[in-house]
Amino acid sequence: MSSIPYILEERPDTGLNNSRLGIWIFIASEIMLFGGLFSAYVFLRFAAPEGDFDYWGSKLNVPMATFNTVMLITSSVTMIMSWASLRMKQFDKYKMYLGLTILCGLGFLVVKYIEYTSKFHHGIFPSSSTFMGIYFTLTGLHVLHILGGLFVLIYFWSPVGKRMYDEDPALLANRIEITGLYWHFVDLVWIFLFPILYLL
Amino acid sequence: MSEKTDITVEEHLEIQHHVKTYINVFVALLVLTFVTVAVSYLEVSFIEAFFLAVTIATVKGSLVLGFFMHLITEKQAVIWILVSTLIAFMILMFLPLVSMTDHTNIW
Repeated sequence: MSSIPYILEERPDTGLNNSRLGIWIFIASEIMLFGGLFSAYVFLRFAAPEGDFDYWGSKLNVPMATFNTVMLITSSVTMIMSWASLRMKQFDKYKMYLGLTILCGLGFLVVKYIEYTSKFHHGIFPSSSTFMGIYFTLTGLHVLHILGGLFVLIYFWSPVGKRMYDEDPALLANRIEITGLYWHFVDLVWIFLFPILYLL
Repeated sequence: MSEKTDITVEEHLEIQHHVKTYINVFVALLVLTFVTVAVSYLEVSFIEAFFLAVTIATVKGSLVLGFFMHLITEKQAVIWILVSTLIAFMILMFLPLVSMTDHTNIW
């Protein structure tokens, strides 16, 4: 058992453990962080000369972004399957699903890298236009969130996860549930970024 | 193998039932992704395209929040955190829009 109180057991006043409460408060702050940038996007779009955002937006690669959307959605379902496997005490399945989640996350980054470098090779940078400025800011911040999530996922996929499972399987399930909430949020952000940046 | 067996049959069946729901949500998200791409080729005005895209994204986001993030069975404390965040988010989104309508003819 963890020596820190209310990590696994529910607090009587909030009705949930501190791990879940903490990650939801963090997610709320993240909603406001991305919300500010979404708001900036709307403001910039309506203030831009007519056709400017359409012109620069048409330079983005829709098939690649669609592929990345599928990757993130797949990673969300494998993430929750890894948690469900832990709850069913199937550690091998947990490792397999978590491994698939990591692969999807890495796949997303590879595609994003190809997208970015392709833009740079064509002389397109954040300073090229207002649209490219907000595009690189929003997707760059999102990529940083993917990177942060991947570090945590790889940590729990490593032998540390096995050790934690042997000592206290409920604690590992809790950690994976909390990590999963963060990962689903990152997927959620992309669900809105994809149509706004690539399709409109 | 490191299977542990301290789980009841009822619990196992319940989790398997949830897993089926997750798969259904996954399929729905995939279908909606391709619907989003398809409707982007419709010949509509920017405002109509914007609301179409945001509506589909909101449905997809609700599925992720509700089922993957278990918001439909979440405690009141979390619901209130998110409701207050949503109100702040809406203010953030609509204030610029309100100011823009003063000097543009987008509507």
